[in-house]
Amino acid sequence: MNEPLKLKKAALQDLIDLLRREEFKVLGPVVREGSVAFHEVREVSDLPIGMRDAQEAGRYRLTPGVDGEIFGVVNGAGSLKPFFFAPHEILLEVRREHRGFKVRDATPAAPRLALIGVRACDLAALAIQDRIFLHDKFRDAHYEARRKDVFFVAVNCTRSAPTCFCVSMKTGPEAASGFDLAMTEMEDGFVVRTGSAAGERVVSKLQLPTAASEDVAKARARIDECASGMQRQMDTSDLPHLLYDEVDSPRWNDVAARCLSCTNCTMVCPTCFCHSVMDVQELDGNMSRRVRQWDSCFSLEHAHIHGINFRPRIHDRYRQWLTHKLASWIDQFGTSGCVGCGRCITWCPVGIDLTEEVAAIRAQRGKH
Amino acid sequence: MKPRIAVFKFASCDGCQLQFLNAEDELLTLASLVEFAYFTEARSRALDGPYDIAFVEGSITTPDDARRIIEVRERTRYLVTIGACATAGGIQALRNWSEVEQYKRVVYPSPEFISTLSTSTPISEHVKVDFELWGCPIDKHQLIDVVRSLLSRAKPALPGHSVCMECKRRGNVCVVVARGEPCLGPVTRTGCGALCPAYDRGCYGCFGPADDANMEAFTRLMASQGITGMDAVRRLRSINGYVRPWRETADAIAKNQNQND
Ligand code: SF4
Ligand code: SF4
Ligand code: SF4
Ligand code: SF4
Repeated sequence: MNEPLKLKKAALQDLIDLLRREEFKVLGPVVREGSVAFHEVREVSDLPIGMRDAQEAGRYRLTPGVDGEIFGVVNGAGSLKPFFFAPHEILLEVRREHRGFKVRDATPAAPRLALIGVRACDLAALAIQDRIFLHDKFRDAHYEARRKDVFFVAVNCTRSAPTCFCVSMKTGPEAASGFDLAMTEMEDGFVVRTGSAAGERVVSKLQLPTAASEDVAKARARIDECASGMQRQMDTSDLPHLLYDEVDSPRWNDVAARCLSCTNCTMVCPTCFCHSVMDVQELDGNMSRRVRQWDSCFSLEHAHIHGINFRPRIHDRYRQWLTHKLASWIDQFGTSGCVGCGRCITWCPVGIDLTEEVAAIRAQRGKH
Repeated sequence: MKPRIAVFKFASCDGCQLQFLNAEDELLTLASLVEFAYFTEARSRALDGPYDIAFVEGSITTPDDARRIIEVRERTRYLVTIGACATAGGIQALRNWSEVEQYKRVVYPSPEFISTLSTSTPISEHVKVDFELWGCPIDKHQLIDVVRSLLSRAKPALPGHSVCMECKRRGNVCVVVARGEPCLGPVTRTGCGALCPAYDRGCYGCFGPADDANMEAFTRLMASQGITGMDAVRRLRSINGYVRPWRETADAIAKNQNQND
């Protein structure tokens, strides 16, 4: 079992059709307003065929790519996060009754999703979110309702964006786990591996042939080339201690002078999970909804407790973010909070790059 | 007795108080919960105070305004400013950078009849303000939420973070990063629901400055997009131009520009 199979390019439509017949809502990268995000896909032609992305710190453009290449665009601002940890959702509704009140849990009716074109770093990020929202008996019912029964078709990266550094974070460019199918794109088709019983069932229905050994070798070489050619890196060897020791690094002031505290980095980060919860009343005062929405450690209110704000400066907030993400996350969850997807670098309007910040903090270590 | 609400107008366009009437779905419920004791745009009956909540639209531009706002404050429990004019001085605060006497002579055939101050200033420069609703115009949901919260003796939730957070929650593609377009979102207060970026254009700052806006970094971002000198000044000196962080930043850029000229 689990030998590599071959899916011809034309047969990708069969996969989409099959998943749709099995009542999945199929989502994949779709071009919207100059970027890609996961949206519904009915036809292969909905995917960004023949396009690529040009990414750098603070800049993103779609560009013409290679004819017929289907998954040439590495990623966009939108990760998988919003599909499971919703940007804005009602947790419960409290209604005034004749005597007392009644509470109704607003657990979402989630569609069954099949996600096509998911990257290794996306899956690694999802595993981290699972660790946060579905740990032991502390399970978030809303996250769980959306998360179960999802079918993942991963695409191994054969091309990285200049902002990617998954090799440093050991999360890519090849999907290691968490997928039902993982595909590597070649000129004439995909080399496909299965990662679950559900994946096995799907390939047997599609009756995919075994991949030729040359194809398998070529797919391997493409992934390896992507890994060895990755431009960005982050040295993690002295983490978490570097950031704990350097709590007074002069670099925090330097980055705080550049940072807008706009929250974009945390919004696009596939692992950031900060949220705020508030009660919103109906005007008549007879019903109240408890709402949860994405929040960020970059917002001033987030550190506001009774009578005091404990992170009043941007300095405090950037340091909180980076130190949590790369250091205390490890103590808290047993894993780094960063998978190296590069989104926070690209989508920061002023192009602040965490890999550069860590390197600068290291370079000044103990010298101040 | 139902709580008494008043809506007062100073120098403004009426667009903010119109948000009460635009709240069609809520209007009947609202009328059953409160008494509109003074709201001349909606009804001619006008009752004297005291008022439980006074919504104040418009900025202070005349000596008479300056007296009247003190009277309003004296008769009011919670004073809530609505909109950019009342909260920041409004677009009419552009006069604060010019010679009002000159304008008077150019615009009016008999300028001696015009009684005006040389400045347009926000309500908070004259009396204590309890809550501020930003926007040009204000957001209907924030308005309703303030009424409901005050009726329930709860503090209204009026977040001060950037437009960017809501922009990303909505799944908009950033116009700065993906198109190189100017956008005031990173330094602008949330509240509009990131309306402009949702329609593929940059934010022009109608909700005023976000908490702790880093204007120096933002000035450099504008410069990297080729927006410098008076171009940058004009972007900041707009609907909310007279509010402190934007005023000081624009003034500093303008001063620099003059020195360089
Ligand atoms: S970080 Fe790695 S896995 Fe993620 S998109 Fe880039 S190359 Fe692919
Ligand atoms: S690092 Fe960049 S994206 Fe993050 S808050 Fe600062 S300016 Fe915004
Ligand atoms: S910190 Fe940045 S690079 Fe790391 S996972 Fe989050 S968005 Fe991706
Ligand atoms: S479009 Fe404007 S408001 Fe939206 S994220 Fe970009 S800078 Fe912020």
